[in-house]
Amino acid sequence: MTWSQMQPLLEQACIETLIMVGWSTLIAVAGGLPLGILLVLTDRHGLLQNTVVNKVIGQIVNVGRSMPFIILMVALTSFTRWVTGTSIGSEAAIVPLAISGIPFFARLVETAVREVDHGLVEAVQAMGGNTWTIVRKVLVPEALPSLIASTTTTVIALIGYSAMAGAVGGGGLGDFAVRYGYQRFDSELMWITVAILAVVISLIQFAGDFAARALHRRGARSGPGPTLRFLKAKDPAAGDVGKVA
Amino acid sequence: MITTSGLTKIYRAHRSSGREVTALDGVDLHVREGEVYGVIGQSGAGKSSLIRCVNLLERPTAGTVTVAGRDLTALAGRGPRAGRELRQARSRIGMVFQHFNLLSSRTVQDNVELPLEILGKSGKERSRKALELLDLVGLADKAKSYPAQLSGGQKQRVGIARALAGDPKVLLSDEATSALDPETTRSILQLLRDLNRQLGLTVLLITHEMDVVKQICDSAALMDRGRIVESGTVSDLLATPGSELASALFPVGGEASGDDRTVLDVTFHGDSATQPVISQLSRTYNIDISILGAAIDTVGGLQVGRMRIELPGRYEDNVVPIGFLREQGLQLDVLDREQPVLVKEAAK
Ligand SMILES: Nc1ncnc2c1ncn2[C@@H]1O[C@H](COP(=O)(O)OP(=O)(O)OP(=O)(O)O)[C@@H](O)[C@H]1O
Ligand SMILES: [Mg+2]
Repeated sequence: MTWSQMQPLLEQACIETLIMVGWSTLIAVAGGLPLGILLVLTDRHGLLQNTVVNKVIGQIVNVGRSMPFIILMVALTSFTRWVTGTSIGSEAAIVPLAISGIPFFARLVETAVREVDHGLVEAVQAMGGNTWTIVRKVLVPEALPSLIASTTTTVIALIGYSAMAGAVGGGGLGDFAVRYGYQRFDSELMWITVAILAVVISLIQFAGDFAARALHRRGARSGPGPTLRFLKAKDPAAGDVGKVA
Repeated sequence: MITTSGLTKIYRAHRSSGREVTALDGVDLHVREGEVYGVIGQSGAGKSSLIRCVNLLERPTAGTVTVAGRDLTALAGRGPRAGRELRQARSRIGMVFQHFNLLSSRTVQDNVELPLEILGKSGKERSRKALELLDLVGLADKAKSYPAQLSGGQKQRVGIARALAGDPKVLLSDEATSALDPETTRSILQLLRDLNRQLGLTVLLITHEMDVVKQICDSAALMDRGRIVESGTVSDLLATPGSELASALFPVGGEASGDDRTVLDVTFHGDSATQPVISQLSRTYNIDISILGAAIDTVGGLQVGRMRIELPGRYEDNVVPIGFLREQGLQLDVLDREQPVLVKEAAK
């Protein structure tokens, strides 16, 4: 196959992957974020302590997390057809991808939210804030750097799953690699796919790390960076001598 | 302003297991409007439990809490969640924390605005109030900084500004200076004192440092194993013979030089501080008085002196000179050699 023949196919595959991963990430975040937060809130000593709800959600998430994607996809065939009207193509692949992404992301959210200092929650309670205020103004913003890192991890996992989905009729880069690279023994094509995936994954990881670090730096509890520490040393405890006017 | 009666808090480790910790055991506390009230006690005495029960961050097992005439325990409702009325009442009680508890994701100004957001104030009003408060605590220039860029003392100033955002009548402070160095501690205490005077703010503070009580408290209570064992205004406590708080607030050292000696702690305050009583005593009864230790200090804004003196002879031999000192209006504590603790005058 020549490059001019290949190029539109490759472009198409990239777009399909983008659609599958993009939509499923969106749904995984939209579903996993509340579930993860709920797991923390309903836990023992949580703000909405509720053992039954906690156990039920926890169990669902556990099963979803440990189910091999390929099996989940097959098992969900009729559900997928009910939702999208078809069980093949990238659109159909979004359904199992999103469903496996939700518990995956929920667990990561749970870990991130659990790490928020309980003192902050208490401070807002003492101000008269309700649970919803605490979620919106404390838990999510304070966990944001970790939540971004979790999203990155989820996107990368979903790219992996989407390749599997592609292999069974989902389209995208996985489908492309299997169809042209594996079945036609065109190793050049396969390596191009691998390279594209490697570049895409690296870019996503880099962007995610960058965003998380940028947010974390301004909020680091451990103190300012070297520049600021240097500035502060010249101006010892500037505000500590201030008095009530 | 703050009254607790029969306040009891029992922590249960697990609902099923029998292990229980009685952190508060029938605490009756009365904080008057406009005063700075210090609660002091050893680690585990129940101080934090007490202050957390005042705004019901911790649900008391029994007893009532009244703040500014409102019975908060009645507002609490049954479930673990705080209802609207309790949340409203809380917004009128400021709280500052040992570890500041500032949101790292928000700037200093946005941290101070948070309580105002909860109160539903408009953006303009919020920023006006926040900047005004930051100015009050001396941090106007740090409004756009993040907490991570501030020193501990500055963070606590932000914490105080935030606590004042809802125009509270009452400020609760749990070890607000325990994470700070001595100098910063002094400046934060001074700030609290100024706020107390200027805004008429009632301050209930928890501490394990006597110096804190000494510097800013009008009244104090000593807690031990979930109970208040002593309480009162600082000047009353200092005038109470054998008061543990008074001697802790104002310690004098010195050991008796042998048997057959009487050791007295003499506390001077008010007019008695200016009388030359010791030389009079020595001249009148022709006895040699050794001074074992002495200190003068300002406690709760009062000039107080305390001196530990030693008279020759046993207590029985010194009844007359001791009577003389008491006649001069001095407060005496006789130290018993057998019992190292202060012996109450009344018990003699
Ligand atoms: N959430 C809790 N669950 C179980 N026990 C608790 C809890 N909080 C406090 N306690 C126990 O209650 C007692 C009083 O604790 P509290 O924190 O009120 O003491 P404190 O006087 O503030 O001590 P410190 O000076 O160390 O802060 C302690 O024995 C403590 O172990
Ligand atoms: Mg404590």
